[in-house]
Amino acid sequence: MNVNELHAKLIAAARKHPPSEQVPYAFEKRILSHISGRPAPNIWALWGRPLWQAALSCVAITVVCGLWSYGSRPKPDSAESFSQDFEAAVFAPMGEHIEDAW
Amino acid sequence: MDRTDAELIAAARNGDPASFEPLVKKYQGRIFATARRYARRESEVEDIVQEVFIKAFQKLDGFRGEAPFEHWLMRLAVRTCYDFLRRHQRNRETAFTELTEPEIDWLDRFVIEPDHASEDADAARELIDKVLSRLSPPARLVITLLEIEQKSVKEIAQATGWSVPLVKVRAFRARAEMKKILTRMTKDKYL
Repeated sequence: MNVNELHAKLIAAARKHPPSEQVPYAFEKRILSHISGRPAPNIWALWGRPLWQAALSCVAITVVCGLWSYGSRPKPDSAESFSQDFEAAVFAPMGEHIEDAW
Repeated sequence: MDRTDAELIAAARNGDPASFEPLVKKYQGRIFATARRYARRESEVEDIVQEVFIKAFQKLDGFRGEAPFEHWLMRLAVRTCYDFLRRHQRNRETAFTELTEPEIDWLDRFVIEPDHASEDADAARELIDKVLSRLSPPARLVITLLEIEQKSVKEIAQATGWSVPLVKVRAFRARAEMKKILTRMTKDKYL
């Protein structure tokens, strides 16, 4: 069988049978109702939703961090040594300057 | 007095959707015919046409009026049909379902006397529908536009958004794919 000839014959058959242009009754009304019922895109609404979602995520992260820092704060007995260490660290360079000046 | 396409488009752009209705009425027949080339079920055809017109309305600002509105709309229709084919390519028939008796008769007649196998026969139309439904989406689109609708490569490139060389490559591959399908279809029976 000549496949090329069959190909040409079938393509010719498709050309001879163009699809119908028939349209369902009142189809244009259906399109119009879709178009009219579709609200125009609101740029603020488009941005507002993701921004709200981002804000909620930020609040959630802040709360989690707050709880975590509250939970991991130093015990009362170690607070004194921490404050002393902190003070020594802050005033260390100043002490060196004073010694140099003398 | 009938308003021109340009007037209707301008009115629709200015927030009067009712002005879009005459445009739908004027071109829906052609869009239905285009959609019927790619979808079999009437519900699918209606969905495609609806999508085309809704997209057209939404993208009306992108229509610059350099070409007729009909050309712009047809481009949109071809791209929507291609998207439809790609979405449904999993449902593509992968095996030849039984050929019907009229289709087998037509093929028999073609084998004995190719000139006597009429192209007008319904069986021939059903056969080509079956063959087309087995093609990949790009192959089906190219065969339909190039060979059935007899559009030029340049027109296909404009309609699909593909480059001219890509259309040529896809046309070459589509013909090879179709030949393979036809060979497989006839192999069992005649070879």
